[in-house]
Amino acid sequence: MLTCQQLAEVVTDYLEGKMNFADRMMFQLHVGMCKHCRAYLNQMKQTVELVAATGKIEAEPMPDDVQAELMHRFRNWKTNKQ
Amino acid sequence: MAPSDDQALVTALRNGDEATFAALVTRYHASLRRVARTFVSSDASADEVVQDTWAAVLHGIGEFEGRASFKTWLFRILVNRAKTRGVREARIVPESSLASDDDAGTDGPTVDPARFTSKGHWASPPQRWEAMTPESLLLRDELVVQLQTAIAQLPARLASIVVMRDALGWSSEEVCNVLEIAETHQRVLLHRARARLRAMLETYKNHG
Repeated sequence: MLTCQQLAEVVTDYLEGKMNFADRMMFQLHVGMCKHCRAYLNQMKQTVELVAATGKIEAEPMPDDVQAELMHRFRNWKTNKQ
Repeated sequence: MAPSDDQALVTALRNGDEATFAALVTRYHASLRRVARTFVSSDASADEVVQDTWAAVLHGIGEFEGRASFKTWLFRILVNRAKTRGVREARIVPESSLASDDDAGTDGPTVDPARFTSKGHWASPPQRWEAMTPESLLLRDELVVQLQTAIAQLPARLASIVVMRDALGWSSEEVCNVLEIAETHQRVLLHRARARLRAMLETYKNHG
């Protein structure tokens, strides 16, 4: 039988779909019966969702001067290689 | 991107097509910067690593053989440069060093053993986190800000993987290709990163 402590260590294997059938059944059975592990699994899922949200707010457009500098480098490269 | 698209793109770059270069720079800017930031100690350093990466791409485009996708190739260049810089800035330890595994904390439990009974049951169980109410949406914005700081404080090996997988939404295959590590190892590091961030969120929620 899977203990709560053991379950906490295999949550990512479960979420990644990397468990064999028997382990998956045992995991789901435990979570079905144990509200604490259900809460733990849910917290890990929410953590993943919140990290995904950091991806959205950080996707700011590139500053114009950075773009200009890169295009300048590109033109130099193009001139030199010809 | 499909390999055939990659080939067209690389050919255009080799021919000096400015629009292609501009489009690539725009498409990858935010994610290059985000990944670079996990290895170096400031935004300014990350920006420089990104600039150097594009210079290296132009320099090396003639040798691109299409064995990896363009994206994989691009991010490998970035990661190599960012790691070198991270070592110099003492943000990360060299990979050959024994300390690097220690640093990523790849041994030991991810949940404090004191929270379990001797039989492995929860003694100090996690609380149920609220579903989304207007109040909790405000809290959510706070948590996202806290998370950004927490990610920056993770060891680079954990931060880079959690950023690629969960913030940028890459597949484990893409991450493994860029970092040149095995899927099982990637999963161990991802688990440790997520578990640490969960613990941080739990502390923050409990104590504000």
